[in-house]
Amino acid sequence: MSQPASLLKINNLHKRFSISGDFLDQLSFKGGKITRTQEHVHAINGISLDVKKGEALCVVGESGCGKSTVARTVMNLLRPSEGEIHYAGKRIDNLSHRALLPYRKQMQMIFQNPYASLNPRMTINQALHEPVKFHNPKWSHGQVLDKVHEVMEAVGVDPSWGVRFPHEFSGGQRQRISIARALAVEPEFIVADEPISALDVSIQAQVLNLLMDAQAERDLTYLFITHDLSVVEHFGTRVAVMYLGTLCELADTKELFSNPRHPYTKALLSAIPKLSDDREPPIKLTGEVPTPVNLPSGCVFHGRCPYANERCTQEIPQLKPDGTTMVACHGIDEGRL
Amino acid sequence: MPLLEVNNLEVCFGLRQGSVTALRDISFQLERGERLGIVGESGAGKSVLGFSIINLISRPGFINKGEVLFEGKNLAALKNKEMRTIRGNRIAMIFQDPMMTLNPVLTIGDQMVECLRAHRKISKQDARVISLQKLKQVYIPSPDTRLDQYPHELSGGMRQRIVIAIGLLLDPDLIIADEPTTALDVTIQAEIMELMVELCERNNVALILITHDLGVVSEVTQRTIVMYAGRVIEEGPTKEIINDAQHPYTQGLINALPQMALPGQRLNQIRGTMPGLNDLPSGCAFSPRCDYVLPACHEAIPALTKSGGCNVACHLVTEQNNLSEVNE
Repeated sequence: MSQPASLLKINNLHKRFSISGDFLDQLSFKGGKITRTQEHVHAINGISLDVKKGEALCVVGESGCGKSTVARTVMNLLRPSEGEIHYAGKRIDNLSHRALLPYRKQMQMIFQNPYASLNPRMTINQALHEPVKFHNPKWSHGQVLDKVHEVMEAVGVDPSWGVRFPHEFSGGQRQRISIARALAVEPEFIVADEPISALDVSIQAQVLNLLMDAQAERDLTYLFITHDLSVVEHFGTRVAVMYLGTLCELADTKELFSNPRHPYTKALLSAIPKLSDDREPPIKLTGEVPTPVNLPSGCVFHGRCPYANERCTQEIPQLKPDGTTMVACHGIDEGRL
Repeated sequence: MPLLEVNNLEVCFGLRQGSVTALRDISFQLERGERLGIVGESGAGKSVLGFSIINLISRPGFINKGEVLFEGKNLAALKNKEMRTIRGNRIAMIFQDPMMTLNPVLTIGDQMVECLRAHRKISKQDARVISLQKLKQVYIPSPDTRLDQYPHELSGGMRQRIVIAIGLLLDPDLIIADEPTTALDVTIQAEIMELMVELCERNNVALILITHDLGVVSEVTQRTIVMYAGRVIEEGPTKEIINDAQHPYTQGLINALPQMALPGQRLNQIRGTMPGLNDLPSGCAFSPRCDYVLPACHEAIPALTKSGGCNVACHLVTEQNNLSEVNE
């Protein structure tokens, strides 16, 4: 059996955001000299990933680890500072707005907050017509209408509600509409940035089921960003664990949950609140997540890692295979863990 | 005498379109040192319940009926001035977002000293000493320097620890925590929850934990109340509710968790959404979403009745219990 081809390839991606204002703000007068200093938030530091066709790759991590930035950079809503993004074998991160249009039709995004991602002044019909019409300019009005009805039915929203405005819907229904909007242009790749985090438990299950049904019916590939590990265990084919802009571990879902390698993954997994009584006490991490402005030297996790040694504080660990898992940890590399 | 006794509490909101009842017929008791969880989806009324216990319901909301007895004293009938001697002093409240609860223009120390001096006649120096001691209790590293820092200089987890320390300042008998870890990451959430259990046990403080997360409830609390559309629908020991839920809604909530389904399989969803409080269906509010609905469910609102170790408000459960009694 051959490996499925990778649909999306991220190569050594970096993204920095300047926080020192414009050119004049960066100048300062020190010791008789005018110097220019720039400070950056290092949101992503050298991430390489590939998303295979038909899979659901989940990216997990705590807030501020750069997982949403990865999603936005992949969608070209942000330009990478360094590195390349390839979609179906073609490099897309350096394309002009116009050259990107055909890719926009194949890649769609679902955002976290359905209260903010739908235009409050557009009816649902208008919101769903717009992308279909834009990407299929030659279609007749009837064709567009048919398409809109089809996706609304696919996500379980009654097409006769199309004349209503977003505020007339509940959070779960709005998220369904956002999913319908993403499906309307028949994409093959969907980036979902925390699509269920703003929803209640019973509604979360509905939306997750909907996403899984859509994947089965339309042969979709997902890049699924979330902080909720129990969702990942259920939904993901493979999981990428991020910490402070770097990738710690990349593994098949089953393997990651049954045999986590990286100390951070272990701590993260043990912290999930469980219903059963016989769970082990969570692994305690000391200290706080460092700021991405002044990154620690060496492994970004060494300040909180119970197994850190001299080498961890100096040398940045590279992602290396360990069994079927890819893990970036000196301890595992040296066989200490 | 229980520490807190809520009897037939009804809270309404007077709106232009008419009055909406947010809480109906809520009754429960809480002993000293007991940890109680209140779970439900958003809009179920769990936060309104937390607010009405310390009489923080403001216009257009009001307590229409019922009483909140704290050590025998009815808080619902107290004047604001009397309430202030209890609120923050005997009953502390911890809110969801620590950035919103801390004053951004005052240092941590100022806020703690202010809180102490509002309730006790002590000098600023003494207040600072007590503050320092409470910060140590919640394991804040280098508490001395933290006292002079502003909230924005601290991380989210650290801020929530400070809020907990402020809650503990006056050695309260009851802490009401309204989604205290929802804004935090899982690793920090685990730390904060462990800390709260430890502090409650050490100081014999009762805790009411309001949350939507059944996992957190099962780890922290001894007893649980499940709310739906402003009513208590199930109440009992947490272990029994998690392992052997009787109300179809509670069962649905637990089964909807991703950890309850096999990987790659569809999740067990509850269909539909919770009805708005101004257009509740007749009879049981859950009946339109319930798989086991009986004719009686559309007619009468089920009352909370004893079933096993729990109290459940469901016609089906009552009927089944009646049947098994007859058989015996």
